[in-house]
Amino acid sequence: MNREAYQGPQGGPPPPPGPVNQATPRASDAAAKMLYNCADCGAENEIRPKEPLRCKECGHRIMYKQRTKKMVQFEAR
Amino acid sequence: MKKSKQASKARDHLEILQTRVVVERDHVSSISSSDFPFHTSNRYPDHDLVERLRNKIIIAIEKKSQYDMEFDIIGVDASIANALRRIMIAEVPTMAIEKVFIYDNTSIVQDEVLAHRLGLIPIKADPDEFDFKQSTEHPTDQNTIVFKLKQECKRNPKASADEAEYINHNVYSAALIWEPKGDQAERFKDSPIRPVHDDILIAQMRPGQKIELEAHCEKGCGKEHAKWSPAATASYRLMPDIILKEEITGDLADKFASCFAPGVVEVENKTVDGESKKVAKVVNPRLDTVSREVLRHKEFEDKVQLTRIRDHFIFRVESTGILESEKIVFDSLQILSSKCTMLLKALDIKLKEKEETETSQNNENAMELDT
Repeated sequence: MNREAYQGPQGGPPPPPGPVNQATPRASDAAAKMLYNCADCGAENEIRPKEPLRCKECGHRIMYKQRTKKMVQFEAR
Repeated sequence: MKKSKQASKARDHLEILQTRVVVERDHVSSISSSDFPFHTSNRYPDHDLVERLRNKIIIAIEKKSQYDMEFDIIGVDASIANALRRIMIAEVPTMAIEKVFIYDNTSIVQDEVLAHRLGLIPIKADPDEFDFKQSTEHPTDQNTIVFKLKQECKRNPKASADEAEYINHNVYSAALIWEPKGDQAERFKDSPIRPVHDDILIAQMRPGQKIELEAHCEKGCGKEHAKWSPAATASYRLMPDIILKEEITGDLADKFASCFAPGVVEVENKTVDGESKKVAKVVNPRLDTVSREVLRHKEFEDKVQLTRIRDHFIFRVESTGILESEKIVFDSLQILSSKCTMLLKALDIKLKEKEETETSQNNENAMELDT
């Protein structure tokens, strides 16, 4: 199989019953955008549920999570 | 005649054992000091030991620059010299980065490694101006110095062939910017607080990478962590003493001189009975490395004895640049003396306690006899 053409499991379990797209709002919807860095070109990508995982710049499929924006404390030892 | 010669030889030998460490071909002997009460006689010495030490002790500065010095302490026991050395390394306080608050670090240097590297940077700040910060205390301008570091690496589009491709590629200690708190700006306006060296490489970055952090310095001692030690090296050695038992003359003198480090032994011309001859003379034993090379040659076997003077300590103190070398020595002497005063006080209290319990026991015994 061609790697580029791979689309993920097709014959998986059926989707749960009931409306999917108009589901009850989740906490993550209101939260700040989750940004990831492309492992190939470094571009920032926003990843949303159900969307195929591909870099919008180069089409690479590997992403890195960004570093936390929170302050981290260390002992200088 | 023969007897008196033997006696003087024995006296010389005894004196060497009392005052010298003897370096022999395959071992070192006469190492331990014998200069303490009850070693040579079973009577406590009549003279005042402290008074005698006071008269005997000599301190002489041999070489001194701002951050490096060599000095001699003559006439003390190894225990005192060693105590001094250890205090210089481990108990003279300085200021060093202790807490690091990292807001952003996308360089390849991990946060904890970065924090550790920051801690080891010597900070030019007078430790006498600050208090020790207890773990329960909050940071104040009396116990904490704040530094900020913010640097982002970018590509340099206008770089020529011989210019660096990146801007802010190297993060140096100069990037640590002091942020005065409270009255610190006023207190340190004559000597602004900064890292001792501006060219210590902390990390390297590539375009897009960024470091942003705040660092808090605290006062501490080398015994807790080596980053607080003010001494780069603080060490001592014993003064070498080369004892010539016989005169070494002629070509042997040249060979003898070549057995030592340059400048230790010189060959002089001496005129005896109108005849000039070469004679080896020990000029500057301080330069000797005590390599024992001379003891490998059979012809010198009975003519020379390599020794070190047991109570002559040659100290070498190199500073990291925070305190002047002289101040490290003075501070350590002060710490040593305050420790002794504390010990005397503690002994006094213990003695008094013992006396009190004894007298109260005696009183009880006396009362029992009465009834």
